[in-house]
Amino acid sequence: MTDAIRAEGLVKTYGSTRALAGVDLTVPAGSILGVLGPNGAGKTTTVRVLSTLLSPDAGSAVVAGHDVVRQPVAVRRAIGLTGQYASLDEELTGFENLVLIGRLLEMPRREARARAAELLEQFGLTEPGARAVKTYSGGMRRRVDLAASLVNRPQVLFLDEPTTGLDPRSRNQVWSIVRELSKEGTSVLLTTQYLEEADQLADRITVIDQGRVVAEGQADDLKRRTGSQTLLVRPGDARDVPRVSRILAALIGGEPTVDEDAGVVTAPVDDPVLMSALVRRLDEDGITADELALRLPSLDDVFLALTGSPAERAADGRSADGTDGTDGDARSPMNERSAA
Amino acid sequence: MSAATAANPVANPAASAPAMRQVGLGKAVGHSLTLAGRNIRYIVRSPATLVDTIIQPVLFLVVFVFLFGGEVAGDWHTYLQTLVPGLMVQITLYASVGTGLALNTDIAKGVFDRFRSLPIARSAPLVGAVLGDVVRYALALTVLLGLAFAFGFRVQTDVLSVLFAVLLVIGFGLTLCWLSVLIGMVAESPQAVPGIAMSLVLPLTFGSNIFASPDTMPGWLQAWIEVNPVSHFVDAARGLMLGGEVAGPVLWSLGSMAVILAVLFPLAVRAYARRARS
Repeated sequence: MTDAIRAEGLVKTYGSTRALAGVDLTVPAGSILGVLGPNGAGKTTTVRVLSTLLSPDAGSAVVAGHDVVRQPVAVRRAIGLTGQYASLDEELTGFENLVLIGRLLEMPRREARARAAELLEQFGLTEPGARAVKTYSGGMRRRVDLAASLVNRPQVLFLDEPTTGLDPRSRNQVWSIVRELSKEGTSVLLTTQYLEEADQLADRITVIDQGRVVAEGQADDLKRRTGSQTLLVRPGDARDVPRVSRILAALIGGEPTVDEDAGVVTAPVDDPVLMSALVRRLDEDGITADELALRLPSLDDVFLALTGSPAERAADGRSADGTDGTDGDARSPMNERSAA
Repeated sequence: MSAATAANPVANPAASAPAMRQVGLGKAVGHSLTLAGRNIRYIVRSPATLVDTIIQPVLFLVVFVFLFGGEVAGDWHTYLQTLVPGLMVQITLYASVGTGLALNTDIAKGVFDRFRSLPIARSAPLVGAVLGDVVRYALALTVLLGLAFAFGFRVQTDVLSVLFAVLLVIGFGLTLCWLSVLIGMVAESPQAVPGIAMSLVLPLTFGSNIFASPDTMPGWLQAWIEVNPVSHFVDAARGLMLGGEVAGPVLWSLGSMAVILAVLFPLAVRAYARRARS
């Protein structure tokens, strides 16, 4: 098997909203693909189609060698899915949740219990595993949820925004679990809003926006296209914003981004030395800066570079078409009303 | 082409039908029983469900027998006799509201998505929820009858007749729980389910012969009570437990079960499939 996932031209429409407008993506076996995009880009819809929860209106996808529309049960046997929200039974304990899934996968009772105990131990959850899930912290829930999608030792694992809402420590735990799984040969498709997450984990990144793939490549490629770092200036006096913008434009030889509301000017830079040059110029012009920073490109920067419009504006534009601003990605699973 | 298939989900049969067929019937039964087991465990685990199931029968029995019994029937002992078979039907109906609530909660929490991503029969979560509820009905009926006996309720027939009455009432609960399932699938949030369900269940239970004889009621109400299936189940349960006519009410009951199932079951399953596909 060469590709764990191969999707071509996936289309999914809700009423007049095109959640997916022809998504192509490929995940070579054993690799991690990061699907990067803002809220409402179609990340969750993509995952739901590939994991057979949703049937596409057009296009096709093969997951673990099986067609998602024609052989959904075979696909389900081979995959694990961790949704955006921990999908656990709150009243049951972590252990019972995992045993329930093992039993549904037709494991004998003893094997289901052994597998549950093994996963809890692996994730450092043996002790809380005996308590009801409703007593868990967000990070613990996410880890048990992840464990729940691994009961069947899936070939292909779908993780929909696995670290959204987690504190840095829990996020790092999830990251190391994903790396470990990948090392053992599991193919992973993970969606994220954070470039850093995709950068940390993914072998390749697919950037989607408004239901379309807008870029595809390795993290380094994308970063090269977006500039490796971003220079940010917030003048002490907001009236200085146009002057700062001109100074920065002269330095980088391009047009910086101006956010009038926030009183911030940003620009992608490749050479950190520009920072000291900028400080000198601001000094000479007598401009004081409240904030002056060099940071890694944010998703906004990536979007600006790839689509010419900031991620936020792209999402807002959608709400004008009659959908709520957060779109399917932010809604609780299945709670959206079917258009049909 | 995409717009056409979106507007008519049935036009894409590959989405659901073959998925069902690929999981054998025997396995589907196994999955359903596993999920029913989960729901039974839930009854014990969730204090709210347990309290609901136990408190409601106690409350209804105590309030109606001691508060209204003397007024309605002359003395509460007499009222107890006629009320208990009726309360059996009412309690079961109330308990059936929980089915839709539990399903909607599963959907809202994403538990449903988890089940659907597993290689199990698509019908299993639905069937499992309904089967698990039989235990809840049985528990509520046990509490009701236990307390009724303690207050002096006496069966005028035999054990087998009582057992048949209990089964008939549970069958009614299983029939009407599809109404609850339908509401659970259509409702936006779990919080909305009980309100919608109760506004349908109240006229069914209070607009019946459970609490008072329809003789003194206005004609339009008598007409409603006459067609209300609840009344026929109450008649059947009374006949089976206290003596009196049995065959007629039982036939009426079975007939109305068939009609209700024929209408509600396809609607509920369709709503389920639609919700599952969105």
